[in-house]
Amino acid sequence: MHIPDGFLDAKTWGTAWGASAGFTGYALYAAKKKLSEKTIPLIGITAAFIFAAQMLNFPVAGGTSGHFLGAILAMTLAGAWPGFLIMVVVLAVQCLFFADGGLTALGANIFNMAVVGGILCYFLMSVAKKVLSKRLGERGAVLVAVPVFSWLSVFLASIACSFELAISGTIPLNVVLPAMVGVHSIIGIGEALIATIVVSVVIQTRPDLVDFYEGSRKIMESSVGEVSS
Amino acid sequence: MKSPGSDLKKKSLWIFLGIAMLAAIILATFVSPWASSSPDGLEKVAEEKQFLEKAEETEPSWKHSPIPDYGGEVGTRAATGLSGFIGVLLTAAVMVGLGFLVFSIGKRKRANSDISKN
Repeated sequence: MHIPDGFLDAKTWGTAWGASAGFTGYALYAAKKKLSEKTIPLIGITAAFIFAAQMLNFPVAGGTSGHFLGAILAMTLAGAWPGFLIMVVVLAVQCLFFADGGLTALGANIFNMAVVGGILCYFLMSVAKKVLSKRLGERGAVLVAVPVFSWLSVFLASIACSFELAISGTIPLNVVLPAMVGVHSIIGIGEALIATIVVSVVIQTRPDLVDFYEGSRKIMESSVGEVSS
Repeated sequence: MKSPGSDLKKKSLWIFLGIAMLAAIILATFVSPWASSSPDGLEKVAEEKQFLEKAEETEPSWKHSPIPDYGGEVGTRAATGLSGFIGVLLTAAVMVGLGFLVFSIGKRKRANSDISKN
């Protein structure tokens, strides 16, 4: 759902640019704590993987396609703010090098896909994990939360996009909202599948590379303890 | 009893990351040319609700994209695959570059504040 130039009016894309710039500034500050020689290559490869996955449009109903968004996957693997930066880099590369999404609309695209479909959904997912962990254990909670909130991220991003189009006077909300939400509810199923497969594979092979799975840190600490004793 | 440490498969981080990077390159280079070329959700809605022309009539605000539409102007599968390959490497490079920049600024700041404390 990369918005091109021309869909948004100046007040809308300008406001979205301001909001996204603010979030990006904070993300640069907040991500510092998570950056190290070990995590930077992981973050780079996650960004590359999301770029690749976003190219793979899959068909959904009626001559329409959808593609992966990846904000929840990025944040699950790398943490909220490094994951946010991953999305900013992917969207900026797509816009500047491949003319995918307008430069005026880049702020809105970051806002929809990395703030609403990213940080907001990640926050909700963290709350849900706490509740679910009591019944399912943390690993189970992660594997239930990732598909649910991946779907929700596409769903909410399409709502944010609809509002921006309506505020810009491009199309009335009552026309665009049902159409956008309808098609993205289906695309969100693809999103949930891809994110869950990737998180399941990584949690099986290298649980320490799933930032959202805090139990992995205990595994790391205990294995370090075994080695030293 | 199984200790939690035995669950950790001690695979080298670099092997894991190498496989992940290879997967990204293969997807972008060899799978993306066969992806659906139908309009995506937003484009389809714009078509049906007749506001797609707003984008078509607008001059792009950034005209210097070296590979517009992932090689779509060339229109061959090879062009799509090659632009996917370039895009994956470029995205990884930009992200790693930004990561190290932020990391090294953070480290220098920490070092400076340690000096000023002494």
